[in-house]
Amino acid sequence: MATATGAHQPASAPKRTATPSAQNAWAARLKDLGFWAEWAAAIGLVLLVIVFQALNSTFLSTGNIESMLVAAAILIILAVGQTFVITTAGIDLSIASTMTLGAVAFGQAYAHGWGLVASALVAIAAAGVVGVLNGTLIAKGKITDFIVTLGTLSAASGLALILASGKPVTIIDSFLLQLSVGGIWIFGWPVIIAAVVAVAAHVVLFHTRFGTHVLATGGSPDAATAMGISTGRIKIAVYTIAGVLAGLGSILLVARIGAAEPAANTAFLLNSVAAVVLGGVSLFGGRGTITGPVIGALLLTALVNGLTLLGVSQFYQPLAVGIVVVLAALMTRFQR
Amino acid sequence: MTSPEPTATTLQTGSPLQTGDVLVDVEDVSLSFGSVRALVDVSLTIRQGEITALVGDNGAGKSTLVRCISGIHRPDSGHIVFDGTKTDFHSPEDARGAGIETVHQNLALVEDLTVWQNLFLNRELVRRFGPIAFLDRKRMQQRATEMVSTLAVNVPAVSSRVRRLSGGQRQAVSICRAAGFSSRLVIMDEPTAALGVQETAKVEELILRLRDEGHAVLLISHNFAQVMRLSDHVWVMRAGRCVGGRRTADTTGEEIVALITGAQAA
Ligand SMILES: Nc1ncnc2c1ncn2[C@@H]1O[C@H](COP(=O)(O)OP(=O)(O)OP(=O)(O)O)[C@@H](O)[C@H]1O
Ligand SMILES: [Mg+2]
Repeated sequence: MATATGAHQPASAPKRTATPSAQNAWAARLKDLGFWAEWAAAIGLVLLVIVFQALNSTFLSTGNIESMLVAAAILIILAVGQTFVITTAGIDLSIASTMTLGAVAFGQAYAHGWGLVASALVAIAAAGVVGVLNGTLIAKGKITDFIVTLGTLSAASGLALILASGKPVTIIDSFLLQLSVGGIWIFGWPVIIAAVVAVAAHVVLFHTRFGTHVLATGGSPDAATAMGISTGRIKIAVYTIAGVLAGLGSILLVARIGAAEPAANTAFLLNSVAAVVLGGVSLFGGRGTITGPVIGALLLTALVNGLTLLGVSQFYQPLAVGIVVVLAALMTRFQR
Repeated sequence: MTSPEPTATTLQTGSPLQTGDVLVDVEDVSLSFGSVRALVDVSLTIRQGEITALVGDNGAGKSTLVRCISGIHRPDSGHIVFDGTKTDFHSPEDARGAGIETVHQNLALVEDLTVWQNLFLNRELVRRFGPIAFLDRKRMQQRATEMVSTLAVNVPAVSSRVRRLSGGQRQAVSICRAAGFSSRLVIMDEPTAALGVQETAKVEELILRLRDEGHAVLLISHNFAQVMRLSDHVWVMRAGRCVGGRRTADTTGEEIVALITGAQAA
């Protein structure tokens, strides 16, 4: 997992030996809870895979891996957006309804004969506007992130219902169909898109000035301001990123279900936050990775998929997700 | 005229100012926080190539004045003239752009970032590939190591997170940052408050070196011996007002104390 430093610090073992050999350093690491906390998502994912594979050998079949990856794609994209926001110590509760609004905007544009490209741009623009609005209200209006995005959560889904008159628009398009079923080897197009988004996000967060300023804004807004960083602008930018990524997610969503629905998509909201928490990103801001939330999203998807394979009733899935997230949150208490 | 100059920040070279010329002129600056009148008609000057000390009891308004000069607060009334032009700083970035670097009393470091990331915060070195600029992490780490070594304070590797540093080490990083950039005025709000004897001596050496290199330094300190030892001029604040100033050579510690407590009128 990449850290903000790019250099791994030795574990903060309580007792330091005089000349720690490599072996001792590793022993110290393994005893350090912080180490486990940072890698909680990856370890959890490995454990889940082992357990599910032992219980059902089709779990690791190519077909199942392929469908898990596709199922994870939208969540990965949303989790990346959520990561930017949470790294500034904010939270975007509206991310899933923004995606719904994007999907409905796509459906309306498409139904009016705007064509695929224009409809996709409309979806991204509509979702991006919600992001800009979130950021502006939070940065300029000085209202808490929680309240603002709770408001836009409701407003965006309401707007989606109004625009769609509460009805889904079926979209039959060969390109969209290809987008949802095609791909390279076991990697469907949605997964490839999600991977590109994740890599780009990692580069932005750790290899650009903007990324450093995002981390600084979350870590210490006062220090960032004193050094001349406009934390307001950074806030607006991260919410806009979250909105635009929700727009991208909406296109994949429409492709996947073959329709633009004004559905609530609540699970996407909860899971996007859960993936970020699982990924070891601090809700207090200032420290985050992209790898962590991506693994978190994979873990949540594998969990649901595995339970389904084992024939566990759907009713148990939210319960299982909830337990995993709370356990992960407990682990983050031991983060260095 | 500069100490290590780690960025391409434009250095306003060829300033016509000579040592002893007025660099900063604070004119009747007032600032209130609600009913608290933190600054009341404060007027003072800071001269090029000098160490100007600002003293006063806790809550006298020293840090608030610093924050006005470094662009964090905007005065309610009055104004600040910097190098002959009336300033209108809307943000710390404006002040930094003009060449004012500050070591804030609360340090202004981001704990979760590394030493080098803090040193280069908002002054990051980048490499451009067409329209995209990527951080030049290696060069920043290298330069950061150089910057820290000039202070010779025992700071751990520049890749450690600030969270793991001691109070004194943090102070050192903060001072490095202010001194490292091509600044015209370096403001230090109680820079040695958390430092040990040896580190204090190092910082004092650095302050003198900054002056000798032609920077103006504004030093806020509760340590009278230090003020008498280092400064060329002392300004005294009491309850939000600037109650007087003296050339350090023409005054005594007792007189300054009397001004601070109000036992002596200016
Ligand atoms: N942001 C703020 N909001 C409200 N009041 C403030 C704020 N900043 C400073 N004050 C008040 O302004 C007055 C001056 O504070 P300031 O920090 O400038 O004092 P100081 O001279 O730096 O003291 P010290 O020597 O303790 O650092 C104090 O009464 C303080 O409570
Ligand atoms: Mg102060």
